[in-house]
Amino acid sequence: MPRLENKVVLLSGGASGIGAETARLIAREGGKAVVADRDEAKGRALAAELGDAALFVTLDVTQEAGWQSAVAASVERFGGLHGLLNAAGVGVRNSIEDCTLAEYRRVNDINSLGTFLGCKTAIPALKQSGGGSIVNISSVLGLRGASYAMAYCASKGAVRTLTKNVALHCAQMKYNIRCNSVHPGYIDTPMIAPRLGQTVGNRSGRQDLEELHPLGRLGRPEEVANMILFLLSDESTFSTGSEFVCDGGLTA
Amino acid sequence: MSGELSGQVAIVTGGASGIGAASAALLAGQGARVIVADLQDARDGAGRFVSHDVASEESWKSLLADVLESEGRLDIVVNNAGISGGVGNAETTTVENWQHVQAINSEGVFLGCKYAIQGMKQTGPDKPASKGSIVNISSIAGLIGSAGPTAYTASKGAVRLLSKSVALYCAEQKYNIRCNSVHPGGVDTPIFNPLWQAMGHEQGKAFLGSRHPIGRMAEPVDLGEVVLWLASDRSNFVTGAEIVADGGLTSGLMKR
Repeated sequence: MPRLENKVVLLSGGASGIGAETARLIAREGGKAVVADRDEAKGRALAAELGDAALFVTLDVTQEAGWQSAVAASVERFGGLHGLLNAAGVGVRNSIEDCTLAEYRRVNDINSLGTFLGCKTAIPALKQSGGGSIVNISSVLGLRGASYAMAYCASKGAVRTLTKNVALHCAQMKYNIRCNSVHPGYIDTPMIAPRLGQTVGNRSGRQDLEELHPLGRLGRPEEVANMILFLLSDESTFSTGSEFVCDGGLTA
Repeated sequence: MSGELSGQVAIVTGGASGIGAASAALLAGQGARVIVADLQDARDGAGRFVSHDVASEESWKSLLADVLESEGRLDIVVNNAGISGGVGNAETTTVENWQHVQAINSEGVFLGCKYAIQGMKQTGPDKPASKGSIVNISSIAGLIGSAGPTAYTASKGAVRLLSKSVALYCAEQKYNIRCNSVHPGGVDTPIFNPLWQAMGHEQGKAFLGSRHPIGRMAEPVDLGEVVLWLASDRSNFVTGAEIVADGGLTSGLMKR
């Protein structure tokens, strides 16, 4: 039996990287994927690839009204909402000395406010559909610091604790909605593409990032998508408020 | 005044009350010249009062200029100013409330670290190399999900990781500037004023105290001592760390 039969999942950042791989997996496992992204061309192409199992909606995650339309469109098209993946995010390199206030706010608005708004907007629809599962993409940099990613670390730390707060609120209200965070290491997605071709000392950017992971390689989007699938499905119904790490041993 | 921090200069944001006021008093007690930076007037406090809004970059620029001009150096910054932001949960928190809480609790600490480093890097005859200690007050809400309103919880999670990034960056740059986060549980400070108004101060304290394994809430001085230790050379090998001072609240389960 498919693992997500008839479950409707809204995915921010669904057009590429981890989001797109998860959308494909959802469709393969009998679910419906609402691909929400700012990148219309990529989003529409993915929805076309997935056919009847998918719908594309444009979404800027920092806009509450956009989230409301995305949730409404999901329910209208597929009759309910059972899952939310907050995968939209920006990876930015900056340090405490070179980051401006405007940049700090931009990164936190997309990564942290965007995740909060996703949770807030989806909860009523998930509740209406009998409950569901929210998965927020944090990062290994929500668990450990990085000298070169100050604003990103702050935003992912916020997602980590926000997730627990949402999980406990939903548990207390008996909504049957779970909420967990996923902490990927460096995954071979468009987010880190600019770094792969750079040179770090006498190595390529790719080798440099690969060596951070005891497994000696970058993660693949489908490896994270498999963890997300478990969390979206009814296989994980006793897990909420938890941190799921998928990092090739980086934080070990 | 002589003491362990004699000759050093400290900024304490939110220094007019609560953990900030207790920290300012303890730092001053060890001989530091303390700048109490707060929106709220604190002319009777343990240091020199400077009106300051942590959410405003302009305010940070003028505060740093003032401190470097009048004191000539900066050694310690305690980013303590913060607000609870009310009672909003995952469903009721508005974007406005979220932004307001992040502006003070998260952006305020970001700016505090950024300008702290700028100040601590300034060298002079009595301070030949960059050196300093940044203490960021997070919360157990930066560790667990049940300890505060939604926007507050997210802001304290941001402070927790931001502190590590700052610590690692300063280490990488060989600045000899340490940065740590402090995670208090319930402390008897004005942040709980709404609860005191609802339950009465003593009943409210007893109620919150009973939730801490140690059987009481913290007094501000309990946290001031942690801040003093992190500010001083006694914690020289401690950086990027999360110092939890919560009476055992996040330690685990007890018989019930």
